[in-house]
Amino acid sequence: MFMFNKLLPLLLLGQIGISSAQIYAPNLGQPAAVIAQQPQWHLTILPDGSNLPQGKGTATQGKHIFAAQCAACHGPAGIGGSALALTGEVGTLTDEYPEKTVNSYWPYPTTLFDYIRRAMPPQAPYSLSPDELYALTAYILSQDAIIGADLALTQDNLPLVTMPNRDGFYSPSPKP
Amino acid sequence: MSASRRQFLTHLIAGGAAAGSLSMPVWPANSLSEQLPESMQKAGGEFTNYGQPSAHEQAIIRWIAANPDMPGNGVSWTPLHELQGTITPNGLHFERHHNGVPQIDPTEHQLLIHGLVERPLTFSIDALKRYPMQSRICFIECGGNSNASWRSVPIQSPAGYTHGLASNAEWTGIPLKILLEEVGLKPDAKWAIAEAADGASLNISLPVDKLLDDTLLALYQNGERLRPENGYPLRLILPGWEGITHVKWLRQLHFVETPAMTRDETAAYTDLMPDGRARQFSFEMQAKSIITSPSVGMTLPDNPGVYQVTGLAWSGRGKISKVEVSADGGDSWVEAELQQPVLSKAFSRFSLPWQWQGQYAVLQSRATDETGYVQPDRETLLAERGKHGFYHFNAIISWEVSEDGNISHVYV
Repeated sequence: MFMFNKLLPLLLLGQIGISSAQIYAPNLGQPAAVIAQQPQWHLTILPDGSNLPQGKGTATQGKHIFAAQCAACHGPAGIGGSALALTGEVGTLTDEYPEKTVNSYWPYPTTLFDYIRRAMPPQAPYSLSPDELYALTAYILSQDAIIGADLALTQDNLPLVTMPNRDGFYSPSPKP
Repeated sequence: MSASRRQFLTHLIAGGAAAGSLSMPVWPANSLSEQLPESMQKAGGEFTNYGQPSAHEQAIIRWIAANPDMPGNGVSWTPLHELQGTITPNGLHFERHHNGVPQIDPTEHQLLIHGLVERPLTFSIDALKRYPMQSRICFIECGGNSNASWRSVPIQSPAGYTHGLASNAEWTGIPLKILLEEVGLKPDAKWAIAEAADGASLNISLPVDKLLDDTLLALYQNGERLRPENGYPLRLILPGWEGITHVKWLRQLHFVETPAMTRDETAAYTDLMPDGRARQFSFEMQAKSIITSPSVGMTLPDNPGVYQVTGLAWSGRGKISKVEVSADGGDSWVEAELQQPVLSKAFSRFSLPWQWQGQYAVLQSRATDETGYVQPDRETLLAERGKHGFYHFNAIISWEVSEDGNISHVYV
């Protein structure tokens, strides 16, 4: 009887699953195989073009959209406004006064499309259509002749554009 | 109580009263009210549902700097020069937002973990609250903290308003590793793209090794639920890593093989080196320290006088092992006392009494971490990184004390 009394609390603890030896995760995640296919969970555009929406736009089209949506902060041609400079200064990274613009510094064109879509204009992200986004991207890149003014950017050719500073980045060793 | 014990206590009280009556002055009627503070002569204020600082401490605030054309894009600094100890109060934790503070209903919020995983899963906030949690005191420092120190002329703002994009709190949440075991990472899942539910949909690539190491999915900050400006209802905590990696308002982790090269891992938070190449994915914040008092803008009131030189030191690589203080611009150093316990990847408070005799002085602190890394002087940092840096400034800070006790920021 004495033995039984000593053992009872331990047995109860065992039955209700309390253990200090191991973390028991409650496994409360809900299956999301269907949700995970939906486009709102695939916003990030990778350098290989993954997740780019279908669409097309030229610099000429982009010029008008830029004037209406961007120039107030970024300046009429993407430089000289209150916001960061987007264009110009290509080749200045080793100068006495280097300037880090989209065209002088950013290594991948997909980053530009990705960032405009998710964050611009700041009062209404995601308000621009894919065609407008391709056109704006084309306009900015064409300002420094990274692409021609007549080229229609699409989901197929945007990842193929080589930025001037494509190979300008390195990771500290050892790489993470 | 027994009769004898009651008797003993009675005697004591009687004896005490008798002794007191011999030595106590006799007060005229009503004169006590003239001698006592007003607060002792009336009932105090009412209870409050949520406490606020004293009305006399209203000037202890974060300073804000934001773009007038985009007021949600900016920072606010912790007033490190006004605080003591190591824990940053929640209302004073620094902020860096890229498009404002979102207001998120936790019942509507889901975390999705997907991509290169065996079982893509969503988690509600209520579900996450049922997971085993851990608490970790650690600093968060913005990669752009102290960026004014790269300028050619030393800035004269109070210390916290240059170096206070760094704060230290107790974060409580779920070791992310537990959830990653639940979804089952595939072997080629090397990076996760973390994405926020704010107006910038902030996204950044994080290496899986750190996520499986000491990363927390935090729900609580200093014991209470996260503040909206610190990621409510859910944020990442990557102890020791730069602030941009501690993604606030976290909505998804998407596992991929290679980094996404997002804006905040290419255009920003990278270091353009003198050779024109840029360092990327530096992540770990290197050892740093700053004297918070006395510091720029303060005046030493007594000459001569004894002053407590105190400040904060931290390292993203582990514990601070030593902080030295100099009063002569780095010619000689004395080891300061470190507040115990010293925690890994957390603020450490150091202090040292200083006898000031009215002489010109330059106060500096120099931190060493447990890896042996020593905080560099400014000249060394600039030689390595060039003159036009913007991020990751961790050099020694110098406060010049003039003979009349005024303190300014100098480069030595």
